[in-house]
Amino acid sequence: MNREFGPQSAARFGSVTSDGRPTPRVRDGVRAALPLVLGPILFGLSYGVLAEEAGMSAVAAVVMSATTFAGSAQFAAASVLEDGGTVLAAVVSAVLLNVRYIGQSIAAASIFPGSRPRKFVESQLIVDESWALSGRSGRFEWPILVGAGLLLYVLWVTSTAIGSVVGSVLGDPNDLGLDAAFAALFLALARPYLRERKAVAAALIAVAITLVLIPLAPAGVPLVAASAACLLGLKR
Amino acid sequence: MSGIWIVVLVVGAFTMVFKAAGPVFLGTRRLHAKAQSVVALVAPVMLTGLVVTQAVGGAEEIVVDARIPGVAAAGIAIWRGAPIVVAMVVAALVTALVRVAL
Repeated sequence: MNREFGPQSAARFGSVTSDGRPTPRVRDGVRAALPLVLGPILFGLSYGVLAEEAGMSAVAAVVMSATTFAGSAQFAAASVLEDGGTVLAAVVSAVLLNVRYIGQSIAAASIFPGSRPRKFVESQLIVDESWALSGRSGRFEWPILVGAGLLLYVLWVTSTAIGSVVGSVLGDPNDLGLDAAFAALFLALARPYLRERKAVAAALIAVAITLVLIPLAPAGVPLVAASAACLLGLKR
Repeated sequence: MSGIWIVVLVVGAFTMVFKAAGPVFLGTRRLHAKAQSVVALVAPVMLTGLVVTQAVGGAEEIVVDARIPGVAAAGIAIWRGAPIVVAMVVAALVTALVRVAL
């Protein structure tokens, strides 16, 4: 995230990049995301089910997937609402969870070509997976981000729609252990970040704050308070 | 407007602006180094917090139930390099089995 990324526009029109590799195309991005498709399909279905549990209509669940397009924040919002948390708590915990996209967006800023409206639209395809894939060669590549992002977006929105409709006939998803599966999802998403000592320390503080506040505060508030652990970043 | 639509639209609007922040609003300018290191901790902090609320959270109380063995089994799978989907299936399966057994 701290690397410098030069403008890529020249490379996009040539047949090879400056380091001699063939210039990737959007379909290469689609192909790069193929091994990941089970994720958005299953998570999208699960999100549809949880959203339905949380009292969201199928339309609301699909609109959220189409506009927010960020699994963990959507799960957080639905999970706070399902626990009976307030609207404010759901919004704040989901928004805080997505603050990381500012950092990802800034890191990949220079690869987006064209006018501001075009940049706005294409940057909506930034999601953890497409962002990570587009930077896997050591510098961010627009075709990979857009190709991978498009595939993940279509799968995410479609499976949300299916999940929110089918979910209503599945019965209690917790009988299937889906509540634990959501915890496992967050744990797995957290895992790659927990390689640095400071991140582990901040995560442990967050766990402590959350555990202390769950019995004391309304649902959602413990998560918001736990975000104070991010201030550990100010420490050297 | 119902509370649910407020959540959907406000979270959607914030997220769209966050994702566009770099290309549209900042161009090639960079965040201050200190701000960057705070932002870098948001994901691990929020995600581990969510693990806790999802694994032991109840209606303003800590609930210890069949989710714990499920999440523990998934944790072992994750630390051994299992893909996310496998970890989710392990958690669901173990929790569902414990619920049936109890």
